[in-house]
Amino acid sequence: MKKNVFAMAIAACMAASLAACGGADTAATTAAQTTGAQTTAAEAGETASAEETTQAEAEAAGGVLVMATNAEFAPWEYYEGGDIVGIDPEIAQAIADKLGMTLEIEDMAFDSIIPAVTSGKADFGAAGMTVDEDRKVFVDFTDTYANASQVIIVKEDSEIAGSKDLSDKKIGVQLGTTGDLLATDLAGDSNVERYNKGFEAVQALLQDKIDAVVIDSAPANVFVEQNEGLKVCSEAMSQEEYAIAVAKGNTEMLDKINGALKELKEDGTIDAIMNKYIPAE
Amino acid sequence: MWKNFCDTFYLNFIKEDRWHYIADGLAVTLQITLLAAILGIIIGLIVGVIRTTYEKTHKLKVMNFFCTVYLTVIRGTPVVVQLLIMYFVIFGNSRIDKVPVAVMAFGINSGAYVAEIFRSGINSVDGGQMEAGRSLGFNYLETMRYIILPQAFKNVLPTLCNEFIALLKETSVAGYIALQDLTKGGDIIRSRTYSAFMPLIAVAIIYLLLVMILSRLVGILERRLRRSER
Repeated sequence: MKKNVFAMAIAACMAASLAACGGADTAATTAAQTTGAQTTAAEAGETASAEETTQAEAEAAGGVLVMATNAEFAPWEYYEGGDIVGIDPEIAQAIADKLGMTLEIEDMAFDSIIPAVTSGKADFGAAGMTVDEDRKVFVDFTDTYANASQVIIVKEDSEIAGSKDLSDKKIGVQLGTTGDLLATDLAGDSNVERYNKGFEAVQALLQDKIDAVVIDSAPANVFVEQNEGLKVCSEAMSQEEYAIAVAKGNTEMLDKINGALKELKEDGTIDAIMNKYIPAE
Repeated sequence: MWKNFCDTFYLNFIKEDRWHYIADGLAVTLQITLLAAILGIIIGLIVGVIRTTYEKTHKLKVMNFFCTVYLTVIRGTPVVVQLLIMYFVIFGNSRIDKVPVAVMAFGINSGAYVAEIFRSGINSVDGGQMEAGRSLGFNYLETMRYIILPQAFKNVLPTLCNEFIALLKETSVAGYIALQDLTKGGDIIRSRTYSAFMPLIAVAIIYLLLVMILSRLVGILERRLRRSER
């Protein structure tokens, strides 16, 4: 058996040298191939991060762009029939179109989006996500594409008028949102009830289980519109900007999305999408 | 590697006293499990006795009917859905402490399984025992209380232990009603630090330890109960 292998190896070598005799062109090709193989081997030997980049490149070339979102956040993203619609999906679709890729949306819990992006399960996260220093440690943010603020939803007959009244009240939030962090600072850890979904917090408020809900302004307006007896306090508790999150160090994806975003901003697509979902106030 | 480990450990548990989420969550989980287990045993015992009494004597027809409905509904629906119904529908319009809500939901759920465990336990005791008890002048309930149930309990102890292990782990869905149990504690840390490994593994290890302790205690109890067999 060993002999056979040896023989075959020799045969292969001879074949290769014969091929080399074929002409200058072929020789050049073989040389190029050899160099290519060496480079690949060298690359494979490099660190894990390099491998991830190669993988990301492969995915990009394959043409599928995976977006992680939490589709319970109207008007930014929500279900309509079986489809996820809203501002973020439309912007993401426009970006995918610009890049010539197919968009695939993965719906998950809000607090799973960043882990999904950092672990490479998704190419980017777009979920009305506020640019925030803590998050920047784990992901890179693209240019911002929208402004937002945290507001308080209360019952119409509530005494709560603003953030100063929240100190010893029960506040409902969605786990892991900026509203969660803000409410925890304002009312203390034990007074914050962290629901998995924003609408569950609103439901608890409707049932008098809690005193207020702290959530982003646009969804707050949708919730108040859809439910009798709720109002939004006029005070905006923070000024925030939404951006798309990509894995730390994935500058290629970051540049691509930023490029597409810039074009979409310039040609008015973003404004058009925003106006469609949030009619000018 | 070691430095990295220490850093993430610091970030997830030490920084901003985040271990409190785990510790407080553990207390809540234990509280719910213990109270739900007691409630489950009470419900299970009553339902189990009613069901076997009906099977053996054809008395208590109406109560048996309700017990059957209870078993069908509770065993036929997921515990998460029952918990949400308890919180958002049954206690729909009231401000109520969430621990009792969870105890009721999990206790009622567990009761259904415990009832069937008790029923099989009672059936496993030889029919002659009942006859002997009645011949000695005990009435039905007394025979049940002093002769049948003690033997039945010993027979079902391992199965009962399984049920409580399952109950302990099932309480991990309590976070659905914004109750900060052990799992939710881990989730809150994850939502702050965006790291998956540490909080999840820590939570898993704590559940594992709890279950191991529980199995050990039941093992000791089983051995004690077996002494009378010699």
